[in-house]
Amino acid sequence: MTATQDLIVPSFDDEVETDRTLAIICSKGSLDMAYPGLILGNAALGEGVNVHLFFTFWGFDIITKGRMEHLKFSPVGNPAAHIPAALAPVPGMTSMATHMMHKSLDDLEIPEVPEFLEIIKASGAHVWACKLSADMNHLSEGDLWDGVDGIINATEFIEMTDGAQLLFI
Amino acid sequence: MPTTTIAGHDVTVDDEGFMTVYDEWDEVTAKALAEAIGVDMTDEHWAVIRFLRDDFKAQGTTPTIRRVSTAGGVDTKRLFQLFPKKPAKKMAYIAGLPKPAGCV
Repeated sequence: MTATQDLIVPSFDDEVETDRTLAIICSKGSLDMAYPGLILGNAALGEGVNVHLFFTFWGFDIITKGRMEHLKFSPVGNPAAHIPAALAPVPGMTSMATHMMHKSLDDLEIPEVPEFLEIIKASGAHVWACKLSADMNHLSEGDLWDGVDGIINATEFIEMTDGAQLLFI
Repeated sequence: MPTTTIAGHDVTVDDEGFMTVYDEWDEVTAKALAEAIGVDMTDEHWAVIRFLRDDFKAQGTTPTIRRVSTAGGVDTKRLFQLFPKKPAKKMAYIAGLPKPAGCV
C-alpha cells in the first residue's frame, strides 16, 4: 500500500514525563543468572524507564569487587544446560561451562558483567546493595563496586520503589 | 509502505515513521527528522549520526548504543544527553535507519 501523507513522527513519549519505574531484585550470583537483570534493566533504561536494581543474597557477588569478575556457571541441577546429569558434577565441568558461556556471550557482543554494570550506570540506573547481605558477608562499601549508590535495607528499597513494576531474579 | 515528504523529498517510511530506504536519506532530511523530534543538531550530533550511517553500510545492521560507544567513541552517558531518554531509537530515526535489533 502506497500513500503519500504528512510526516509520520514516532511517538518517543517526550511530552510525557514518565514515572514508569522498574525495580529489579538480583538474588542469584551465578554468571547465567547475572545477565537477565542486567539485560532487562539496560533495555528499560534505553526506553526511558527509571531503573532501580537491588543486589541481595547470592546476587551480592555481582557487585562485590574481587568476585564480580569471576562469576561461574554450573550445569549441576540445570537440565537446560543440556549436559548429562552424571557428567555435570565432574571436576572441571564448571570451569569449562563457564568458559563456554563467556565465549557465547562474547560472540554476541554481550559485555562482561563489570562493563555491563558500567553501561547501565552511565545510562542512569540506580544500584543498591542489600544491608543484610553486606552484614552476612562482612562487607562494607569499600568492598563493593564503585557504582553502588548505597547499602540499604529491604524496607528502604520497598519505599524507594513505591508503585514500580518489579522483577525478582 | 507509506511515503512521506521530508524537506522536499519523497521518502519511504515504515508505519512508525522510520525511513526504510538507505539511499533516500541525506543530511537535509536528517535535519528535518531531528527537528520533528525536538533534537537540535550540533557537530557532536552529526558525528554520531554519520557513524551510524557508515556503520550500517559496513555491517548491515543499525549499531546499538554499546557499539556507538565502543566503536564510535561517544560514551553512553553522553548519548543519553544528546538524544534524551531513548537514544538508540532517536539516533536510528534521525540517521534514516531501522531501529536497532540487538538487545545490548
